[in-house]
Amino acid sequence: MNGIHDLGGMEGFGPIVREENEPVFHAEWEGRIMGMTLATLAQGFYNIDEIRQETERMDPVEYLTSDYYTHWLHTAEELMIQKGIITRAELEAKRAELAQAEASQS
Amino acid sequence: MAGQGHDHGDGHDHGHGHDHTEPPSDEALRVKALESLLVDKGLLDPAAVDAVIDQYETKIGPRNGARVVARAWADPDFKRRLLENASEAMKEVGVSGLQGEDMVVLENTARVHNLVVCTLCSCYPWPVLGLPPNWYKSAPYRSRVVRDPRGVLDEFGTKLGDGVEVRVWDSNAEIRYLVLPERPAGTEDMDEAALAELVTRDSMIGVAMALSPE
Repeated sequence: MNGIHDLGGMEGFGPIVREENEPVFHAEWEGRIMGMTLATLAQGFYNIDEIRQETERMDPVEYLTSDYYTHWLHTAEELMIQKGIITRAELEAKRAELAQAEASQS
Repeated sequence: MAGQGHDHGDGHDHGHGHDHTEPPSDEALRVKALESLLVDKGLLDPAAVDAVIDQYETKIGPRNGARVVARAWADPDFKRRLLENASEAMKEVGVSGLQGEDMVVLENTARVHNLVVCTLCSCYPWPVLGLPPNWYKSAPYRSRVVRDPRGVLDEFGTKLGDGVEVRVWDSNAEIRYLVLPERPAGTEDMDEAALAELVTRDSMIGVAMALSPE
């Protein structure tokens, strides 16, 4: 499908920003979602084409304004919900539980 | 241990200091919730996630590609096999795996300079280069390198003669490309291990040349 992911030849994105001695992951969660996606891929939760298609279906503004591993996170969440592995309600309940636990610790 | 540092360099400006009471980023919380939910359901072993992170932080990276390139520079028969069937030849150097199942190696010469992009996402030959740097995944590189490759090369400090043909290769869902940079002058007496030290990640993407021996 065409869409915002099809960036080849577009103009106006500005200079290429490089980082010296860039780490493999910039935050712990990036590694966790990468590892989780590969581990669940290996278990057959989904295949690589489904992952690519789900990323391409992201909201175009969200796609351009979020980082690479945020795309991975979006895709893992949405595919697992679509496939009935988890529900959105379960995910939201777990987020609320963790947020509350974090808040009470600080 | 992988990814345990308390480093919030995640590209977002939270507008306040980095003390230990800082709330997690939205992504950090979402990832934690997803992992926790899968573990609760017995669908995921966190050790499997740890293992993947460790692989990509410590074992799979551009040093693998550098060994492939150095072997190709040192051994013409290996180079021929590499250009004919890269995925098979790479196994001789012990390099294979996810996102490298269908590899194509592109040889840079005095007349032709190849460089690689994935305009549609961020396809990258993981077994030889590891995970891609942010700039490779960014909109500026993906959009512009196919329209103005010489301008992009210039940004990387790479100058080509006017007579050199530039070929830009756009990775697709299956094929992963690796550039075989030109062997630098003055390396005739170097062995494979020394040659590999001259092979940078950027030279295997095609945005730079291999280093010259000092």
